[in-house]
Amino acid sequence: MKKNNQHTILKTDNLTVGYQSKKNKTIVASNINIALNKGELIGLVGGNGIGKSTLLKTLTKVITPLSGHVLINNINLDNYSNLELAKTLSLVLTEPIAAKNLTVFELVALGRQPYTNWVGNLSDKDVTIINKAINQTTIEDLKHKKCFELSDGQLQKVMIARALAQDTDLIILDEPTSHLDMYHKAYILKLLQKLAKDTGKTILFSSHEIDLAIQLCDSMIVMSKQGIVSDSPCNLIEKGAFSNLFPADMIVFDEKTGSFRVKK
Amino acid sequence: MITSKSYTIPFIVLAVLLLLLFMVNISLGSVSIAFNTIIDSFFTNSDNLNNHQYIIQNYRLPKAITAVLVGSGLGISGLLMQTLFRNPLAGPFVLGITSGASLGVALVILGSSIFGGFLATFLLTKWSLVIAASLGSFLVLLLVLIVSSKVRDTMAILIIGLMFGSITAAIVSVLSYFSSAEQLQQYIFWGFGSLGDLDWNEVTIFAIIYCIGILFSILSIKGLNTLLLGENYAKSLGLNIKQSRLLIIIATSLLAGTITAFAGPIAFIGLAIPHVTRQVFNTSNHKILLPAVFLFGAIIMLICDSIAQLPNTDYMLPINAITSLFGAPIVVWLLVRQRKMVF
Repeated sequence: MKKNNQHTILKTDNLTVGYQSKKNKTIVASNINIALNKGELIGLVGGNGIGKSTLLKTLTKVITPLSGHVLINNINLDNYSNLELAKTLSLVLTEPIAAKNLTVFELVALGRQPYTNWVGNLSDKDVTIINKAINQTTIEDLKHKKCFELSDGQLQKVMIARALAQDTDLIILDEPTSHLDMYHKAYILKLLQKLAKDTGKTILFSSHEIDLAIQLCDSMIVMSKQGIVSDSPCNLIEKGAFSNLFPADMIVFDEKTGSFRVKK
Repeated sequence: MITSKSYTIPFIVLAVLLLLLFMVNISLGSVSIAFNTIIDSFFTNSDNLNNHQYIIQNYRLPKAITAVLVGSGLGISGLLMQTLFRNPLAGPFVLGITSGASLGVALVILGSSIFGGFLATFLLTKWSLVIAASLGSFLVLLLVLIVSSKVRDTMAILIIGLMFGSITAAIVSVLSYFSSAEQLQQYIFWGFGSLGDLDWNEVTIFAIIYCIGILFSILSIKGLNTLLLGENYAKSLGLNIKQSRLLIIIATSLLAGTITAFAGPIAFIGLAIPHVTRQVFNTSNHKILLPAVFLFGAIIMLICDSIAQLPNTDYMLPINAITSLFGAPIVVWLLVRQRKMVF
C-alpha cells in the first residue's frame, strides 16, 4: 500500500473509536490503521457489536474519534466543512428515507444538493450527471416511478444512484445487503464492484455477507476481538483472519472454499 | 429538484380562481355590491366615495386581503412544520404559538379586573389584544427555541411545544376560573377568530411581517427538500441542520404569530391545506408545494369567509367554525378518493 500512497483516499492514523459522555469514555475499537485506495471495493466485516457502525460513524464525521486521526485526501476530517465533506464523501444508510412520495429521478437528483444554488435548481450538467448515475445503476425503467412503488432491491439501487450523483471520491454504505434475498445481495455487491472499477471511486461497505465479500472485494477490513486487520481477501485467508471472527466451537471457516460451516 | 410533470396549467387555473373568489368575496356581505362598482371603487379617490365604495375601500377590501394573508400564511407554516417534523399531524401551532397568544390575551381580558379602573379600559382596546397575543406567542416561542437549541432530536421539539401548550392552557383555566361570565365571553369571542376587524394601518403592519415570513420560507425551500430524505442524509448532503431548522422555525413563528395576533387562533387551515395540496399536486417538491399551498390557502380562506358572513343577512358566523365545518369533509373526501395518503 505504501507504494501507491498518492492514490490513498482515506487513511486512519492510530484511530480509537468509541463514545464519550461527560464522565465515561467507552472505547469500542482502538489501534485502527487502515488505508482505502482509489477505485477499490472494500468490505468491512465483523460480528454484531464489534464496532463496525461506530467505525463507519467516525469515518463519516457523525461522531468524533477518541484519539488518532482520519485523513481523507490527506486532509484531517476535522478540517472539512459539512459542504466540503458532502462533495468528498457520500452515504447509503440503513434507515428508510422519510418521504417515499418522491420519484426516483427526484430522489437521485437530491444527490446534487451540495452543488446546486440556493433554491436547488438543476443545471444541464447536474441533469447529465443524474442521468449517468441512473444508467450506471440500470434503473432507467424506474426513473418516473414513486419510491413507495419499489421493492427493497430496487430502492437500494436507487439509493446507490443517489450516492453516485453526489459525485464523491468515496462512497460509504452501511449494510447495503440487509433485507435482500440471495440474488439481490450478490447483485448489489457485484454492482458496487463494477462501479468501483468503472468510475474509479472508492467504495466501502459493511456487511455480514462474508462469503460474497471474499469473492468480490479488492480489500477487506476484518474486525474481531483480536483486533483489526486489513488486506486483500486472499492474504487475509492465509493469515487466518476469518477463523477468529466467530466462536470456533460453533462456526468454522473453511479456507479452501472461503466459506463458513456450522459445526455439527 | 426537477419534476418531470409540468404544473403550469393547474397554477394558472388556481390563480384565476383566486382572483375570481377575491372579487366574489368583496361583492358579498350584508349588502351585495355589483362587480363594476367594486372595480370603480379601487380607482376612486378616498375623499369622494359613495356608500358602497366606502364599504369596499374601508371594510371589505382589507378583510379580503386579511383572508388571503391568513389562509396562505397558515397553510405555508403548516407545510413547513409537517416537513420539519416529518409528521402529518403537525400544524403551525405545534410550537406553542397559539397557546402563547391565548395566554397573552387571557391575561389581558381575564386579568384586567385585577388591574382595575383606568388601566382596565386601556387594556381592552384592540391594539392591546394584538400586542398581548404577539408578546405571548413570542415569549413561548423564545422558550421553545432556547430549549430546542439544547436538544439534538427534532422530535423532542415537537414534544416540548406540546408541553408548553399544556402549561399555558392550565394557566388560562386557572384565570378563567376566577373570571366573570362577561370576561369569559369576551375571551371566547377572541377564540372564534375574526378576519374583519382590521383597518388599513393594521393590514399594512400585518402584510409587512407576513412578507418577511414568506421570504424566510422561500429561503428554506432547498433545506426542506433535503430534509425529505431524513436528517442523517440531509447532513451528509452538506445541509447545516441547526441553521435550516432555525430558519424554518422563525418563518413559521413570524407567519403563525402575526396571524394569531391579528385574526385570532384560526383553526384547521394550517393542518389541512398542505394535505389538500399534496393530494391534488401529488408531489413532495417544495418548489411546487410552496406556491401551491399559498394559492390553496388563500382560496379556501376566501371561500370560508364568504360563507361565514352569510350573504345578504346581518349575521356573521365565527370563522373558526366554518374552516373546520367546511374543511374537514374536503380532507376526508380527498383521502377516500385517492385511497392513499400522500405525505
